[in-house]
Amino acid sequence: MLAIWCAHLAIDRWRLAEGCDRGRDADAAPVVLVGESAHGPRIAAVNAAAQAQGAVVGTMLADARALCPGLVVHPADPAGDLAFLEGLALWAQRWGPWSALDPPDGVIVDTTGAAHLFGGEQALVADALRLLQRRGLAARVALAPTAGAAWALAHHGPQGAILAGGEDVARRLGALPVAALRLDDDVLLLLRRLGLKRIEDLASVERENLARRFRNRRSPAANPLVRLDQLLGRVPEPALPVIGVEAPMVQRRLMEPIRHRSLLDRVVADLAGDMARALEGRGQGARRLELGLWKVDGEVLVRRLEMAAASRDPAHLVRLFAARLDDVDAGFGIELVRMRASWTEPLALAQSDLEAAAENHGTSLAACIDRLTVRLGPQAVRRPAPQASHLPERAQRWQPPLAPVKTSQEEFEFHHRPLKLLDRPESIAVIYAAPDGLPRVFGWRGRRHVIARAEGPERIAPEWWRERSSVRLRDYYRIEDEEGRRFWIYRHGIAGDGRGGMPEWFIQGLSA
Amino acid sequence: MHLSNSSVPSGLPPGLVRGLAASTRAGRWRPGLATGCRHAEIFAPAGEGSGAGLALALAREALKNEGWRCAPGDPAADTPDERAWLWVQDKAARRLSGRPYRPGLPPDLRHRLIHVAADKPEDALFALEEALRCRDLAFVIGEIAGNPKALDFTASRRLSLAAERHGVPLWLVRLDAACDLGSARMRWKVVAAPSPAPRWNAHAPGDPTWRAELFRAHTFQPGQWTLRDDASALAVSPAFEAGAGDLVRAPGDRSLAAG
Repeated sequence: MLAIWCAHLAIDRWRLAEGCDRGRDADAAPVVLVGESAHGPRIAAVNAAAQAQGAVVGTMLADARALCPGLVVHPADPAGDLAFLEGLALWAQRWGPWSALDPPDGVIVDTTGAAHLFGGEQALVADALRLLQRRGLAARVALAPTAGAAWALAHHGPQGAILAGGEDVARRLGALPVAALRLDDDVLLLLRRLGLKRIEDLASVERENLARRFRNRRSPAANPLVRLDQLLGRVPEPALPVIGVEAPMVQRRLMEPIRHRSLLDRVVADLAGDMARALEGRGQGARRLELGLWKVDGEVLVRRLEMAAASRDPAHLVRLFAARLDDVDAGFGIELVRMRASWTEPLALAQSDLEAAAENHGTSLAACIDRLTVRLGPQAVRRPAPQASHLPERAQRWQPPLAPVKTSQEEFEFHHRPLKLLDRPESIAVIYAAPDGLPRVFGWRGRRHVIARAEGPERIAPEWWRERSSVRLRDYYRIEDEEGRRFWIYRHGIAGDGRGGMPEWFIQGLSA
Repeated sequence: MHLSNSSVPSGLPPGLVRGLAASTRAGRWRPGLATGCRHAEIFAPAGEGSGAGLALALAREALKNEGWRCAPGDPAADTPDERAWLWVQDKAARRLSGRPYRPGLPPDLRHRLIHVAADKPEDALFALEEALRCRDLAFVIGEIAGNPKALDFTASRRLSLAAERHGVPLWLVRLDAACDLGSARMRWKVVAAPSPAPRWNAHAPGDPTWRAELFRAHTFQPGQWTLRDDASALAVSPAFEAGAGDLVRAPGDRSLAAG
């Protein structure tokens, strides 16, 4: 786990917005950011010059003015800070596949299995420090096996501290103050009154005694024991993934930020080749792929792709991604590209040179469906599956084309069904030969159809367990008009059923 | 009936006759003939199911007669054909004539259907071409309404070439369309026709019946038929069996094999 703590997030944001360097220009004057409180403006953040003159975070602005009359006051922007932090958390995924916010000014990144991509843990931490400094953020970074330990080291340990997996966490962190346990202020106050100032002091007290005093086990921030267990990794933190599933991941860090599509295609092709090798080593194929593009200006673009069947053919992956990269705005350039297979399935090794002449032998069904899905969308390529329902339009449901079909009881085929069904039944105007019988003539889409032959009615009652009681039944007729057109029409309701006026007629299907 | 299979030089697909007066030497189409045609167009009115019905009937017929790539000598030829088939519709075609309905499809085809609902005709043509390149599909049915600009002679030619190169047959149903230029090997016009009365209920609609006109074909003489799809095969209804009524042949003109 990598913990990043932006100690002066609000001031750094203000300075970036002003566009001045640290301690120069506008930042040379004592600047405070104030937020509104019930008793007037209260200081939310101070810069180095203001701190030197005695302004402290949390005091009222009027008190600080008395100490230091030359204060420059700007409004604080907590919502903007949070949005910035969200962007930072996404950006920080460059060091690991998963990251979480640690409000108000921290980010936790899960770097499990990612350190070797940077050349070890030291190199990863150095890289993080360098990039954060380049973004103009005063950040403290620490790496530790658990989120709690990383947080404690980032806030109260040395800069860039690394706690290796084999070390004794309790001994290494014992000297830190109890505030490193991420506790609420009132709990900290209580601990201070009890004389427990360091983490190792807690270990000197009997565990039962502490457990008797701190009974709140719901919120970890109110219970030092829960926090201690989280720190030592005895209790999992709920927000973190329980099992570290290592998703195959490949990346390219680019010496020179790229801005052109042809270069990006080249990089994606390289990544697809790497990914194919990584997947082949595990005997797996990718079902879902994520392509992350880290831009120089701190933005991250993510393109996701799902495939109908597991695949690791690099040419296929490149072709699918090519359609997704059309709308990428490179801005000032892309400096890091990463491909990650977040969903994989076993895929046996196959003899590959048989596929070499795909142009001559055609594509496979899965590849064909992937190409269609990428251009037309997943809702456009589907297959009908039977569903247990009497209502004709509910008797089939649409599902992804290569998904397994659920086993179902075969329907009895007493009745003919039409070849095609209209998306919604269309109303037809009818002329009866005899009241409440079959019509003799009907009009549909401006044409007159004289019914020559008919079979019916087939009565389909509403599904009372699903629908309201006022839904009317349907009497279906299979008809053929004088010119031989075959339709499937129905009467909606019967006269005098107490569920509406005179029954209406609809056409629902076209027979072959 | 005039059969020309015997007069065709070996090495050409059945029924392929070239040269002067080829159309008079060409054979007449009849159901059950292996045509070798990979791209056929069927013009049909949109307010009835005849176009899709005939396309499906022809496709089943072709699967049965030619077994496209289940060639003789293929060890897997005995196993039932379980390849998927694709039905591509554009938005106007879906609105005018509805979507395929699984319970109404032939039982041997209904579990293998993959439906592609494209929005624009361009998308539908893209889907058709991609499908024709796929070796795992049994056949492809397309439905495009009207005469969209995207479906010009070039697009039609692309489809023909793709179908012939990869051997996946295509039946393209054109709903409410004028017969513009196209490169399909066989072009049909079809409307619904009154069906024969079923045996047990003379008042009910019978087997699907169509009046089909083959108005352009590379290897067959044009003609008209009334075709009927009884559950097992495509059959010619007796009323129109003689084909185009204006062509009367001399008694000696028929081959012995045709009876």
